[in-house]
Amino acid sequence: MARLGKEYKEGEVIFRQGETGDCMFVIQTGEVEALAESDGKELRLRTMGPNDFFGEMALFEKDVRTATIRATKPTRVLTIDKKNFLGGIHEDPSLAYRMVQTMSHRIRDLTDRLARYEENE
Amino acid sequence: MSKAENQWLAFAEEQDGQEGLAHALQNGSRIAVIGAGPAGSMFSYFLLSMAEEVGLDVNVNMFEPRSFCHRGPAGCNHCGGIVSESLVQRLATEGIRLPYDVVQRAIESYTLHMDVGDVEIATPLLEKRIAAIYRGNGPKQSEKLDTHSFDGYLLELAQEKGATLIPKLVSDARRTGERMSVRCADGTGDDYDLLVIATGVNSRLMEMMEAESHEFTRPDRTKTFICEFHLGCELIQETFGPSMHVFLLDIPRLEFAALIPKGDYVTLVLLGDHIDEELMERFFSSPEVRNCFPGSVIPPHVCHCYPRINTREARPVYGDRLVMIGDSGATRLFKDGIGAAYRTAKAAAKTVVFHGVDAGSFKEHYAPLCRKISNDNKVGKLVFSVASLVQKARFARRGVLRMTAREQQSTKGERRMSGVLWDLFSGSASYTNVLLRTLHPAYIGSLVWNLVAGNMPRRSKGNGHAASDEGDHVQH
Repeated sequence: MARLGKEYKEGEVIFRQGETGDCMFVIQTGEVEALAESDGKELRLRTMGPNDFFGEMALFEKDVRTATIRATKPTRVLTIDKKNFLGGIHEDPSLAYRMVQTMSHRIRDLTDRLARYEENE
Repeated sequence: MSKAENQWLAFAEEQDGQEGLAHALQNGSRIAVIGAGPAGSMFSYFLLSMAEEVGLDVNVNMFEPRSFCHRGPAGCNHCGGIVSESLVQRLATEGIRLPYDVVQRAIESYTLHMDVGDVEIATPLLEKRIAAIYRGNGPKQSEKLDTHSFDGYLLELAQEKGATLIPKLVSDARRTGERMSVRCADGTGDDYDLLVIATGVNSRLMEMMEAESHEFTRPDRTKTFICEFHLGCELIQETFGPSMHVFLLDIPRLEFAALIPKGDYVTLVLLGDHIDEELMERFFSSPEVRNCFPGSVIPPHVCHCYPRINTREARPVYGDRLVMIGDSGATRLFKDGIGAAYRTAKAAAKTVVFHGVDAGSFKEHYAPLCRKISNDNKVGKLVFSVASLVQKARFARRGVLRMTAREQQSTKGERRMSGVLWDLFSGSASYTNVLLRTLHPAYIGSLVWNLVAGNMPRRSKGNGHAASDEGDHVQH
């Protein structure tokens, strides 16, 4: 019996903020954290576990990665190619449904956090 | 539109009395899915997921007499057992990840064996993204292991979404008035608002439907051969590694042959034009095959079957309140049958939930995908014809080997031949895509150069004699 994807050790960085990329990742096992780096400081944005995905912005934008992703446990992730994903969406737009749903949750979460931050200011 | 398709639609319209009327599912609608292989389970899973999203409450009954927890033919749907790279990615995007106990071995390379040498083609990202799986719970004589069958796992997902499994053999399915009637071998039965045929091509139900209907032609089929060799996990890791071994041999009627390592067993798959004893004898006696096994001795196989595969889609693949998915409808030629099951199952589920269950809805929203698969298969036949020419021409095999080996040794440049072979063996890209890439001037230029260079007599430095490149073994 075996596992698919690529393995990362605890503390290992999967990609760094500012790097270019053309794929996204789906967590098979383990856990990762998304970190925003600024002035040498790290701000943890969220943690993600099995079936969660990250790096999806690279599929739609030609910009650099907006956060660093680091494994907080031994983690296995599966890479989703831009070509395969966009080809799949072309044939079946509903393939993006789960991603849109997750991105919607993330916007809601960020909006709540921004509102709380402005209240505290 | 074919004559058969016209007749089928005319029948549907006569039943309705109203041309073009779309029948939509309603709360409480009942759906019968015959066959709980990947196509049936994925259809049920996606249908129930989408119905939940739009607030539709429907009942799905899945008819499957086979228990996937059994070893050997009793629990197996007879297939090589490869989940392609593209399907692994799509399932992961859908939120379906293959568990540890379903994946028997994660494949990370293909090793191409020819009489002029062999070459290992690594996965483009050096990542394990191809899954070798069992459709049942392992070969006939295997020891009971704590593994999970692929089909069983998908069935569980469908059941978790709310599908009901009816472990009975369906003996008859036909139209009765405006509904579809399903009768089981034990005499029980019921009427449904939609009938989904996902039995594969090796079913008596398809045979019966064809015999009783002038409008329906079941898929064209050809016989294949699949068997399992017991070697033990450690020996397999030592000799086969995490690599699928494919063969390009000059054996008439053989289109594709592969050895797929899994747990304690290696699965052999022979695809072509009616695989028979003579062809198998030639295959097993070839040194390229024998040399893959420890001590060049091929052990006796512990489980084997001669399943038929779909080589041309059913005609038509839909009717009023009726749709055929997976191998029962349209599938890819020789490769990625599970991927085609996923695509047809999801397209049918979307049609049913968002458009209707009438023939017109299937014609507009489901049939285009089947046509796309069918047209790509026509290109696939051309691609396999070219591959057959390479199989027959030794100078061509030398050129292909040289070009692939050079690409695998180099860290720079585009790996054009490696990519083409990878996608051809793995079924990760459409045949049309593969063909178009072989028409690229850079591919043609590089192939011509390698054909020339690979067939030039080589002079050894020591004595000036021409050296043969026979038996080149290029691995990375």
